[in-house]
Order: sequence, then structure tokens, then C-alpha cells
Amino acid sequence: MSKTSINPESIRHTKTIIQEIRRITTKPWNIMEICGGQTHAIMEYGLDQLLPEEITLIHGPGCPVCVTSLEIIEQALQIASLSNVIFTSFGDMLRVPGNKQDLFSIRAQGGDVRVVYSPMDSVKIAQQNQDKQVVFFGVGFETTVPSIAASILHAEKNGVRNFSVLPANVLVPPAMHAILQSPGNRVNAFLAAGHVCAIMGYQEYEPIAARYQTPIVVSGFDPFDLALGILMCVRQLESGHAKVENGYPRYVTRKGNKAAQAMIEKVFEVVDRQWRGIGLIPSSGLGMRPEYKGFDATERFDIEFHELSESPLCIAGSVLRGVAKPIDCPAFGKVCTPSHPLGAPMVSGEGACAAYYRYHKVN
Amino acid sequence: MSEQYPSLEGPQCPMPLSHDEQIVIGHGSGGVKTHELIKNVFQKHLGNAILNLGNDAALLQFGPEIPDGKNLVVSTDAHIVSPLFFNGGDIGRLSICGTVNDVSMLGAIPKFLTATFILEEGFSINSLEKILLSMKTAADEADVKIVAADTKVTEKGKSDGLFISTSGIGWVDSDLTINGASAKVGDAVLLSGPIGNHGIAVAEARGNLGFQSQIRSDVAPLNGMIAELIKAVPETHVLRDPTRGGLATTLVEIAKQSQVTIKIVEELIPIDQDVRSACDLLGLDPLYMANEGKLIAIVPAEDAPDALKALHAHKYGREAVQIGVVVEESSGQLLFKTPLGTTRRLDMLAGEMLPRIC
Repeated sequence: MSKTSINPESIRHTKTIIQEIRRITTKPWNIMEICGGQTHAIMEYGLDQLLPEEITLIHGPGCPVCVTSLEIIEQALQIASLSNVIFTSFGDMLRVPGNKQDLFSIRAQGGDVRVVYSPMDSVKIAQQNQDKQVVFFGVGFETTVPSIAASILHAEKNGVRNFSVLPANVLVPPAMHAILQSPGNRVNAFLAAGHVCAIMGYQEYEPIAARYQTPIVVSGFDPFDLALGILMCVRQLESGHAKVENGYPRYVTRKGNKAAQAMIEKVFEVVDRQWRGIGLIPSSGLGMRPEYKGFDATERFDIEFHELSESPLCIAGSVLRGVAKPIDCPAFGKVCTPSHPLGAPMVSGEGACAAYYRYHKVN
Repeated sequence: MSEQYPSLEGPQCPMPLSHDEQIVIGHGSGGVKTHELIKNVFQKHLGNAILNLGNDAALLQFGPEIPDGKNLVVSTDAHIVSPLFFNGGDIGRLSICGTVNDVSMLGAIPKFLTATFILEEGFSINSLEKILLSMKTAADEADVKIVAADTKVTEKGKSDGLFISTSGIGWVDSDLTINGASAKVGDAVLLSGPIGNHGIAVAEARGNLGFQSQIRSDVAPLNGMIAELIKAVPETHVLRDPTRGGLATTLVEIAKQSQVTIKIVEELIPIDQDVRSACDLLGLDPLYMANEGKLIAIVPAEDAPDALKALHAHKYGREAVQIGVVVEESSGQLLFKTPLGTTRRLDMLAGEMLPRIC
């Protein structure tokens, strides 16, 4: 959404790279950027408008807001409406529709819902409000997990018993497997998200590239990084290679951040998780290990389940799997807009539908 | 130890507390306490000949107070900001500048304000005086008088410290037609200076940044600068201050009102580096951040150099630049040229501005 001012030199380099992409492209290729932040940057700078028409960018499921399951959103809404609870969350979760409500409506009805920038802020709120239960909505990919793990460890060390986390974190590699195995898959190559790889490294993508014969290039978030990532994908595709390459070496190493990984490992274990619009993906989420279950909000609060249903108009699932573009949806821009979202991808700035709505090129 | 007997002579009732340190419900009773508050606190700072008459309404006479043959311009604006004090301003300065600027956006000269204060029980009178002093300073700078005022007190917890609502009256030459519907194809779109500072200053005061910054709110009365601009370019078509919703939302509003397409160029939009960095860190977009002392002016292309010269001569317009043009008639849209040379559409802010996860 926001932008670091990109310098004229970077603009020039980006244009050079795009010329090179145009020069070497001979066949149609579909490249999926996994991360919503990348979708956002591509649309923000209109990078898709500059690519040769053979290249189609497919927006992936990498918006943690979008893929958080309806069931978990409903849990969040129920917990947030309890009178003894301060419910804390990253900002863009507030507008995600549950079955009938969102966190904004809970706040308007008197629920104490607060936006925080870090789970550590929630621990601080818990320390300042000992008579309340403070819950952090633990959404995000591998990028947000280390700080959530750190907040739990910090709360444990300092005896902050009124703090808990509603676990909703998801993992990238299982989603890539799911996409590549899905019938109708048309992804030829992936741009992997640089910030996820900064934590996890890119070693774990190597078996995926080999098994599905699909190039994977680690890429950053500014126009230059993205153009470079696309060029590296096209080079591999045109020459018949399928390996993992690092297009973001200033932040990413093959093995990633060991200290952060150790912290994740200590607190979390891999669990199956429902992805909104996609369904259950085995081993694709993180839940608390038994010794940290005391910090799991789903254990701490009594939550009822209701029958859940999505809007019949919304094609979020196909958008998230990369099978359809937001503009293919009959509701897009008409009954579904950022101020009245029918589905999660229209909500977050990282959601493909919202990015299309805000930035789509002018016809 | 000899036994002490209380004296039975003279008054025995304890003197009631004067409550001159904080607002109590009695300050809203309409009785003695209300009058004390008005006299000792409000009139002390805001008083003038018309307000001090103490009537139920202010009488403004054509001739002495309002020149004959002008059109009257009226605007009203409620101010709720949390916290009340932030780097570069406070709710008092905001409540004067907000209404002064709204009146000025029709090319009018604001002259009189009314103010309503909704105070929460327990509010510190010391803070109230600081805010009134700040209102007085801003009103003096804008050359406006507060001619009528009202105070109400809510029970503790029923409001948030202090809300201020102000209304403004001014006048405008009947031959000026400056309004949001007057943008014409070919016009130049000017911006008086860098955007986003107020939004970030308030976010910092709320403790939302998680770090310290030196970013100050730009809250300022713009009527002086606008008067200079109109003197230089009477043909000015549109004036608008990009407050809530920011530059992008305000330009979309103008585009829709005028039924035109406005195109702005990213590289031309001034944004202070520290505001840009704060927005980057917070996942916020400066194009949608609130401003309280910035002006969008849309003028005929041939008048743009004169308009910029007039803006540059004023302290609030030193960094004024042209950021775009009105390109064509349409149903009203805002286009944005990126540094890569691509073009995208900008829309209004959807709701509350929410920081992104990553």
C-alpha cells in the first residue's frame, strides 16, 4: 500500500529488465506470485501492464487475511464479544467478514477490539489490564510466527497468565503442493515471498521444484525485485530448467534465520488447517505444542460452533487457487467492493480482489 | 492531656469545594458554576465585545460587521480527536482551523465562529485552558472572532474528555464561483505542500508508531494564503483541503463533482521522507492520510505559474507544486501515473484506514 520512494536508477534498471523479459519470451507462461504483498506491489506499480502478453501473472493464496478460515474468524468474533476480553489483532483482520459480522461490528457493539502492530504490544496490554483476558489473533504466514512465538515465550517467562493467542498461522510450502496438485492447475513457475524466505530459507522449496518440475524464484517486493524475479522465472522456463533460485540475496539465505526457526519450533507444531476458499490442506498450519496449550485461546474460552456459509456469489476459492482472476467474478466491483466485501480477498490490501479494485489498469 | 471541646460559635458547615481544577456536572447546570466557568475560563481566553455581551445569540450587522452586497458562507465542523494534544497542535487549534478552512474553500473570508464544548465530567480545567489558549492563538492568526459559544457537561464515561464543534460565517464576492464542481479540462492541479504529516503526528500521539518521530501536524488556518491566491488568480476553479481520507479521496470527490478525470503523477507529490518511512513501517498509504493545513487548488493551466508564485510567498505554501492536470470529461475518476510510467486508478478510502499485516 505504501511505498518507499524508488529512485530513478531503480526505475531505469526495472525498465531494462522488462526489456530483457520481452526479448527472451517466446511462449505463454503463467507465473504465480504467492505473496499478497507482491500482488499489491505489482498492481501498485502497474508492472503487469509492462510485461509481454505471453506472460500471465496469477495471484496466489498468500494473503493471510484472505485464507483464514470462516471457522477461525467466527471463533475470533465470539471471543472478542466476551465482556472480560480485550481482543487484539493486526489491522486488516478487523474488516474480514465472518458469517454475519466482522470485528468492527463487535467493536461497535461494545467489544474491546484493538489494533496492534506486534503481539508483544498485546502482552503489554495484558500486563496493564490484569483483570482482563487479552487475546492476540495469530494470523500470518511464516513471517509473523517468530514474533508470536516470542510473545508467548515472553508471557511465559514473565508470568503473564491473562494473555493468549488464537492460532491461525499458515505455511507456504503445503499451499504450493496443493496448487500444483489441483486439477486445472496452470502455474508454470512461482515467485516465492522474500520475507517468508528470510525466516525459513529456501531449502524447503527445492523438493517442490524438483517434484513438479516447476521453477521457484525467491523475490522481493519493489518493482525491480519483482521484475528480476519474473525474468529469472522466464529464463528457466524458456531453457527448460526447474530449480530454486534466489533473486533476493540481500535478505535471504538458503537456510534462513536459524534463531527465528528455533523459536517457532519451541512453541508451535505443524497441524492440518482449513484455508478459506480452498479447503483443508494437510500439515499447512501451526498450532501450539502441548506444553504451550495454556496460551491457546481456543482452549481457554468456551466457543460454540454454528453452521457456516459463504456468499454464493463470491468466487474467492478460485481466485485464491489462481484459477480465476478477480475480474472474472460477477460480483467484483458491483456488489463486492472494499467497503462492502463479500469475500476475504476484497478485504485486505494484500487480497487479490482488493488489489485489483484499487489498482486495476485503466481500460 | 486536657480535654478539647469544639467551639460551638460561628458557622460549622464545611465550605463546599470550588472544583476549579476539574469539570464537574455542576459546570453544566446553567447556574452559578456554569457562569463562573464561562467568565473565568472561556471569556478569559476567547472573550471579545460580541461574545461578552452574554446574549443568547450574536447580532451581526450588515455594514459594520459584514460588508453589504456579499454572499454569506456558512460551515460547521465537529472535532473529536484522541489524544487531545499531539505534536504540532491540539483539538483547540484543530477546531478553529478546520472551520476557518472549510469556509475559505469557497473563496470566502471567514470572520465569525461559534463554538460548542462538550466536556466530560472530571476533565482538567488546566487542560481546558491550554486548549482555549490554543484556540485564541489560532483565531487571532486567522483573524476570526468567536461570537457565540455553548458548554455542556456529560457524565463521566459518556464522552471522551472534550469534543468541540465550531461553525463559521464568512462572506464572498458574488462573482466568485469557486467550488468542487468547477474543475475544467486542461486545468492544473496544485498542492500546497507535503502530505500525511497530520495523520502520522496523531498516530504517534496515540502511541501507535512504537517509535519516536519528529513529525508535526500541519494544522493551520489557510485563509490568509487563500486570500493571496485569489488576489493573484481570481479565476481559481476549485479549492479543497485534503483532510480525512487524504489527497486521493479528496481528488476523487472533486473529479466526481466536476465530472472530469484528474491525473496526478506520483513523482510530483511531495511527501516528507520521515512521513514516508513511518507509512512504510506501518503499512499505511500517505495518499490517504489526513492533512489539516494543506490546500488543493485547481486553476486554469495558464494561471498555474501565478498561482504557485502566490502560494510560495505564503509560509504555508512554500513547498507548493503542480501534481497533475484535469485530462478529460468523464463520470469522475482519479488516475495515478507511477514512476514506471504505468497508470492506475485511485479510489476513495473504503473505511477506517487499516495497517496491513506485512
